Amino acid sequence: MDWAEVGIVLLRVILAFVLLLVATVINVWAERKIVADMQSRIGPQRAGPWGILQTVADGLKLFFKESVTPRKAQLGMYLLAPFLAVVPAFLIFMMVPFGAPFTIGGREVVLQGADLNIGVLFIVAMSSMAVYAVVLAGWSSGSKYPLLGGVRATAQAISYEAAMGLAMVAVVMFTATQGDGGTLSLSEIVARQAGTWGAFIPKWNVFPEILAFVIFMIAIVAETNRAPFDLVEAEQEIVGGFHTEYSGMRFAMFFLAEYVNIFSMSAIAATLFLGGWNGPTWEGTVPAFVSAILPTVWFLIKTYVLIFVFFWLRATLPRLRYDQLMMLGWKRLIPTALGWIIVSSIALGVRQFGLPWS
Amino acid sequence: MGLVTEFLKGLRVTGGTMLRTITGKEMVTTQYPKEMREKPQRFHGRHVLNRYPDGMEKCIGCELCAGACPADCIYVRGEDNDPADPASPGERFGFVYEINMLRCIFCGLCVEACPTEAITMTQLFEMSTTNREDAIYTKRELLMKPSGDVPHMFPGDHLADESELLTADGWLRATAPSGVAAYEGVQMWQGTPGPASWDPEPSQEERDRRSGVDDG
Repeated sequence: MDWAEVGIVLLRVILAFVLLLVATVINVWAERKIVADMQSRIGPQRAGPWGILQTVADGLKLFFKESVTPRKAQLGMYLLAPFLAVVPAFLIFMMVPFGAPFTIGGREVVLQGADLNIGVLFIVAMSSMAVYAVVLAGWSSGSKYPLLGGVRATAQAISYEAAMGLAMVAVVMFTATQGDGGTLSLSEIVARQAGTWGAFIPKWNVFPEILAFVIFMIAIVAETNRAPFDLVEAEQEIVGGFHTEYSGMRFAMFFLAEYVNIFSMSAIAATLFLGGWNGPTWEGTVPAFVSAILPTVWFLIKTYVLIFVFFWLRATLPRLRYDQLMMLGWKRLIPTALGWIIVSSIALGVRQFGLPWS
Repeated sequence: MGLVTEFLKGLRVTGGTMLRTITGKEMVTTQYPKEMREKPQRFHGRHVLNRYPDGMEKCIGCELCAGACPADCIYVRGEDNDPADPASPGERFGFVYEINMLRCIFCGLCVEACPTEAITMTQLFEMSTTNREDAIYTKRELLMKPSGDVPHMFPGDHLADESELLTADGWLRATAPSGVAAYEGVQMWQGTPGPASWDPEPSQEERDRRSGVDDG
């Protein structure tokens, strides 16, 4: 057994894990700050400079709070649900390459939790797993508002997962024409987005697959249960939805999972559509360590632009009604995604093999 | 397509607001204990008992304020002045003067009832206490100091705004003595506590001429 290899894998995973945690701390603060700005308010400002330690303070508060268990809760599932929420959220991010591979001591190290050859499938699978947490939390709380939240979550997840998957299919199809055969590995998808068309337009999938990108963005907002699709937790209607009966650290884990999911999903959107860590590194003109770190910087910038869109949507749009949610999902997004796959595959086929009659 | 344009319009509103907030053009938050919002001129704050410039108390202990009070929160007892050392220019003075701020509804009827402008309202509004006894303001807290300062329950408190203590506001001065609510052009309010320093009010004919009323 090659222990150095094991060490590198462990380091990679820990690096991704720490990146997620730090990003979550910043994201919670950034959301409150940005939404405050959009409403002409100040937002958190007391904890640390510009209130940046607000999340830490909140976390500490939650850590010391009592975790109340409802009398009618189904204890096993009730305790399991927060973990079920957190684990898939972290696992999804393990698929995302967050920097260019580099060589150290004769070994090639990829900056990625795990480079699965079925990465895209794994993401779809894990994002469906996250729904179980919500449904189980809602069901096992033994209370009516969480139950309503859980029921809403099932319907919402099924509707929007389909659209999300179909949008991903378009990307996978397009990627297959960009190199040697098809691939589901995210690192390979990123590698095939390197370079430019012409002089300036980067070879990102977003340009040929713009409609798939829009559908994917809408679907991931719904998948992460964010406004305007936050029917699952809808404070004004069903108190806190699935996490009504959770308190203390158990609630904190749902909260963590939500923000980790936002980061992971934005990272995946950036990877699939915006070229991942691809970007100019100016190798040779800047110090070596700068050009080594630049891909990660590009990746984070792209991800944060998408996360900003999440916050922007939340500050702008009112929550959808249940029937509007279903209509948007089944009558608009899924037919559009299917139609886009057909159009896109015909176009790709013609480009690849020529017209059928020629 | 209409839906998409509406959606973009909405995004523009929030995005624009964000830019204006970041650049400091728009902000609804006031950092309250640190910075105070400017209060309206006729703000109904806590009461103050005024003095004449020579230091005499204006209150004559007539109890009209107590009679006018709808909340029954004012308690006054008058007493005859000592001729050798009078507290007020008249025959009697307010010996006991108490206002229960927990019952007060800040309607200002006491101010209107007062024949000598002895009781007026200030712009002070921070009156929280930790017990019910502290909420009963006695003459000690109500009567203006000879220097012209408004007494404060907790003068050392960081919430006590020094500049505000110096600007007791006379709601009465804004509406009375003529009883005309529209007081534009007629100086009837002054920013400092103490006796009025405005010119005498114009005569009825003069004011009719100014406002263009022809009642002949």
